[in-house]
Amino acid sequence: MSDSIITTELQKTCLYDAHLALNAKMSPFAGFMMPIQYDTITVEHLAVREKVGMFDVSHMGEIFVKGPQAEAFINHIFTNEIRGFEPGKVLYGMMCYPDGGVVDDLLVYREYLADHFLLVVNAANIAKDFAWIQEQAKGFDCVLDNASDRIGQIAVQGPEAEKTVIEVLGYKEAADLGFYTFCDVEYNGERLILSRTGYTGEDGFELYTTPENIVEIWDRLLKAGVQPCGLGCRDTLRFEAGLPLYGDELSPEISPVMAGLGMFCKYDKDFIGKEALLEQKAGNVAKKLVGIEIEDKAIPRAGYPVELEDGREVGVVTTGYHSISLDKSICFALVDKEFSALDTPLWIRIRKKVFPGKVVKKRFYQTNYKK
Amino acid sequence: MSKILEGLKYSESHEWVKVDGNTAYIGVSDFAQKEMGDITYVDMPEEGDDVMAGEEFGALESVKASSELISPVSGTVLAVNSELEDAPEKVNEDAYGAWIIKVAMSNEGELDALMDAAGYKALIGE
Repeated sequence: MSDSIITTELQKTCLYDAHLALNAKMSPFAGFMMPIQYDTITVEHLAVREKVGMFDVSHMGEIFVKGPQAEAFINHIFTNEIRGFEPGKVLYGMMCYPDGGVVDDLLVYREYLADHFLLVVNAANIAKDFAWIQEQAKGFDCVLDNASDRIGQIAVQGPEAEKTVIEVLGYKEAADLGFYTFCDVEYNGERLILSRTGYTGEDGFELYTTPENIVEIWDRLLKAGVQPCGLGCRDTLRFEAGLPLYGDELSPEISPVMAGLGMFCKYDKDFIGKEALLEQKAGNVAKKLVGIEIEDKAIPRAGYPVELEDGREVGVVTTGYHSISLDKSICFALVDKEFSALDTPLWIRIRKKVFPGKVVKKRFYQTNYKK
Repeated sequence: MSKILEGLKYSESHEWVKVDGNTAYIGVSDFAQKEMGDITYVDMPEEGDDVMAGEEFGALESVKASSELISPVSGTVLAVNSELEDAPEKVNEDAYGAWIIKVAMSNEGELDALMDAAGYKALIGE
């Protein structure tokens, strides 16, 4: 198969039939046919905030990197610092282009085997990322393996996630995992990565294993009463928790510095994009990502203009909702830097009307991670 | 199966019109509310605003999406259903009871371009 062939055929995850059996509303996302919702988005959102919900995230990409220079290589392409971080830990960061634009945001897992790492990347970027990683890996003694098609993933999220993983799946190890750590367990004799991570602002786990195991685990969780949750509430949950979505809040045009994610960039080491990001950090950046809250129930949606009182356009909304957990209309917006300070008054044009608002912190919702 | 009421006029963009003399009550069909899912906000014009047939007069918002409301007739807004400001879910609960605006029509001939119940049933193909 050639990489140059452009295929428009949508991929299916291993849980596709399970979604149809649940009458999910399906929609294309990142090249996959994915469930948007099974019940209402509100019901699913609240299940995760108050109890427990599960997501099919098998569309995400998994790339294994191993070899004597695997650590040096990853540290070269990754904005965060992986030297000195122990086996069993997970680290969030980005891969950047030399100009500071973002190739992707990802998780790096340091495996228990020496010189073994797992990179978890966004579904829409798997092919692009793997090509980028292969290109940069030239000259490093390491082996790359894009295992995305061989691994399925379920996220179990919510205050009852730990209890669920222990009681339904029997993984007592879950109790000892801190946030952003993982352990290796077995399911049907196959490896299962049990990771205390997520994308909802709640405590939770992400389980990586074979597609066959994922189908069985989904079924067991469903029978135990865990609410299936679609991409609809995945977006409302991550948004409230102030987490970016690649394509909306991070992109080749939106750098980590612009997105306010500088804490995931470590400048006392070398990595691709460092010089450009350092310049931006020193003040040479035109736009900043902010949170804006408006005093109305109208909903700021992606693409709506952000204005000053006199109608001058100074930015654009990247994601917005009437927040389910906070009952407020809030959004992320990319605005001219001089209007990005907290409490700056800004106006959002929603169809024919303009609504006053102000800059607020991007973490709208108080997250509940396991310490 | 979506509910379709006899005696109403329907537009291709899924608004319904209930005619009472020169006055038109405008809402959205049961099919439309089902497609939208939980409606969280109804953006409405103000009393006295003019609306034009085929043009946007407001919007329905669900958690995920917003959908424009297109006026099936031209005229002046006599009233908006202010009950929907605090209870937008009434559109989901009773799409034909929850009128959105009440319009004094300026050209009743525009009603002829709309569908009857049978025509609308054929359009949505259920």
